[in-house]
Parts: sequence; structure tokens; C-alpha cells
Amino acid sequence: MRNIVAIPLLALAVILQSTLVSQFSLLAGYADLILVILAAWALQKGVTTGIQWAFLASILISAISHMPWMVTLVGYMGVVLLAALLQNRVWQAPLLAMFSITFLGTLFMHLLSFLYLSFIGDPLPLGTSLGLITLPSLLLNLLLAIPLYGLMRDLAGWVFPVRAEA
Amino acid sequence: MRDLFSRSLQTTIIFLIVGGILALAFGGFFSPVSSRFTGGLVSAQYWFAVRYQAIQQFLSAPRDIISLRTRNAELEAQISQLQTQVIDLQQRVSQTEILAALVDFSRANPESSYKAASVIGRDPSPFLHYIIINRGSNDGILRGMPVVTNQGLVGRIDAVIADAARVQLITDPAAAVNVHLKNANTDAVLLGSVTGDISLDMISQDAAAQSGDLILTSGLGGGYPPDLIVGQVINVHKLDYQLFQQATVQSAVDFSRLDIVLVITNFRAVDITPLIPTPAP
Repeated sequence: MRNIVAIPLLALAVILQSTLVSQFSLLAGYADLILVILAAWALQKGVTTGIQWAFLASILISAISHMPWMVTLVGYMGVVLLAALLQNRVWQAPLLAMFSITFLGTLFMHLLSFLYLSFIGDPLPLGTSLGLITLPSLLLNLLLAIPLYGLMRDLAGWVFPVRAEA
Repeated sequence: MRDLFSRSLQTTIIFLIVGGILALAFGGFFSPVSSRFTGGLVSAQYWFAVRYQAIQQFLSAPRDIISLRTRNAELEAQISQLQTQVIDLQQRVSQTEILAALVDFSRANPESSYKAASVIGRDPSPFLHYIIINRGSNDGILRGMPVVTNQGLVGRIDAVIADAARVQLITDPAAAVNVHLKNANTDAVLLGSVTGDISLDMISQDAAAQSGDLILTSGLGGGYPPDLIVGQVINVHKLDYQLFQQATVQSAVDFSRLDIVLVITNFRAVDITPLIPTPAP
């Protein structure tokens, strides 16, 4: 039942992303709060609802973004699946896993956006996109990774108290 | 009788001596002695007073520090409250200035009717340049309506829900606006980019486009009304082997500080897609 916390949390995150996070740009890139939250959540022990969170997040994002929800959904699903994959392999170094997922997830998400926008004919120079959007966004996402990992660990401990202690 | 006389004599002599001494003192004859005496007294009193004040300060200092700290905290609270008020008032002044400028703009352009809207968000994707405004179909906003500020063209409505709308900025990589260079008297196409910079393309090679040329919407294509200010030409790139000239553009609008915008509600965008010829199979 406590999984319902995903709805207000992700809604708040989408609002913050649209109003606040997108204002703090580095060159032309800015952080993806939702992506980092999903990565941090999917990495927590006992969490099995990463896919549902990704689905919900992509629906919420599609309400305000011009990007089709399928692109967002595939991107966030990829992040969550990657987190589930890494969780079992580098479980002794969660921060390392968090950084790896944030790094790879950001690249994957931006690659999807780039491919979609190129497909529909928007002029996107690869070098400019990489240098002015993807790399700055990557840096900002990595900066957000540590505090958000801590927050999501506390939240996971609240949602799954028994499993988290085990 | 003799005792009485001698006692009176003693008293008289004492009075005379005291009176003489007083007379001498009032006459200033004792001033060196009296000044030395009073100087010593004053010095002693000063010495005691200074020590007493020091001891008193030492003993009462903790209470003073506590009261001073309390007072300091009260004053700091007052300062922060006043600073909050100042920020609030500055924001109101700023908003009032923006609204006044927008009112001036709408008065200067009475042919259009406007609906003011606040910018409440931006597209979460850094690849896209869209903003969200707090006016929607309930306020008569329709897809395709142009959005401006008092500085110039911002973009057009891309999607509408009941109480909000999404605006595609002219800086978006998918945006293309037909414009007219006023000084060069030629048409061109304004293009956005992924970095938010805007540029001109399709400027005829014969046109004498120059740095500083004013760029207005041309109205061609039916997407925007004519004569909305877009920006100024910064640099013109003319290469003989290319079909058209290109130019970099300084936008009239500061897109990083969009707070309030105006939607032109009496303009209906024309969809000319059916008129564009498709290549025969």
C-alpha cells in the first residue's frame, strides 16, 4: 500500500523538473530529476516496483513535454532495467552502481531523444548536442545522484521496512 | 566668675580662629594647600570609581551579553522579515513593470486582442524549447495562436488543455518562422536550434542584408501575423557558391527570463499543409 507514495513523489518531481530544475542550466543542458530518482529507487534492496514507477513517470512527463511518451517510457524502462541488472552485480558498492546507472542512463535517454528528433527531421548536430546538452546534463545528473540516492534509500526503508533491514 | 570669663574667652578665641581660617580660605590664601588636598581626594575618588565600574561591568557582563544576544536575535529576525518584504515588493514592482510594458504594447497594437499568461514551466527535455503557460481552452486559447511579449515574438501555442497550454518557442529546433528583413526588404526563414540560438536562412543572394537589420514576421504561410518584431541581424554569411545567404540573429526577447507573455487571441493560424504539392508517385 505504501507504494502509492510513487504518485505524489513523482508528480512533485515532475513539477520540480519543469519549474525549478530546468531553470538551472549548464550550457544548454540541465539535470533530469526523474531519471535520477528512478535510478536511485530501482537500486534499493527489495524494490520491485521500478517498472511501475518508470511507467508512471513517463505518463506524467508526457503530460507536459512535447517528447512522445513512448520515447520517455523506453528511456526510463531502460534505466530501471539497467539498475536491476547492476543491483545484483555491484551490490557491495551502491554508490558506484548509482553513478554507473546515472551515467549510462543519461546517455541512453539522450540517445533516444536524439534519434527520435533526428527521425522526425529536427536539425540536431551531433557534436553540438553532445557537447552542449548531453555532457552538461550528465554532470548535473551525477551531482544529483548522491543526495537522491540517500533520500530514496530512506524512502525504501519506509516502504519496505522488513526487507530493507534484512 | 573667673571660670565663666575664661570659657567665654576660649570660645571667642576659637570662633575667631575658625572665622579667621575661613576668611583666609575664602580669600584664597589656602588655595595651594586646599587644591593639593582636593586634588588628592579627586584622584582617590577617580581611582575607586574606575575600579568600581570595571568590577561592576565584569559582574554584570553575562547578563548584558544575554540581553544583547536576545536583542540581536530580535533585530536579525526583523531584518530578515524586512528583507522578505523588500524581495516581495521588488517582485511586485518587477511584475508591475512587465505588466505595464505589456499594456503599453497592447495599446500600441490595438488591432490584436491579447490574453496575458504566466509562464509556469518548461519542457523537461533539454533538446526541446517549449514553455507551459497558465491559460488554456477555458480562456479561449487555441492551438496555433501566436505568443508575444512587449519585446517581440515568443512562439506559438502547440498544445492546449483546459487550464494550461504548451508554447513552442521560436528557438526550438523544429520552429521555422517566415520573416521579413525590413531594411533589406527581403524575405527569409528564421530557424531555431538545439542550443536555443536562432538564425536566418533562405535569404536571397541578391538581397543586401546587413548587420543590424530589423527582422519582422512576414505573415507568409499563415502561421504568424505580419510585422511582429523578432530580432536583429548580427552577422551575415554570404558564400558565392551557396544558393542563399545565412545570418545569425539576436532575438528581441530574452527567453531565459520569460515570466509573463501575451497570447494573440484573434489570430487563427492557417494550415497550408493540404496546399503543399506532394511529389507524384
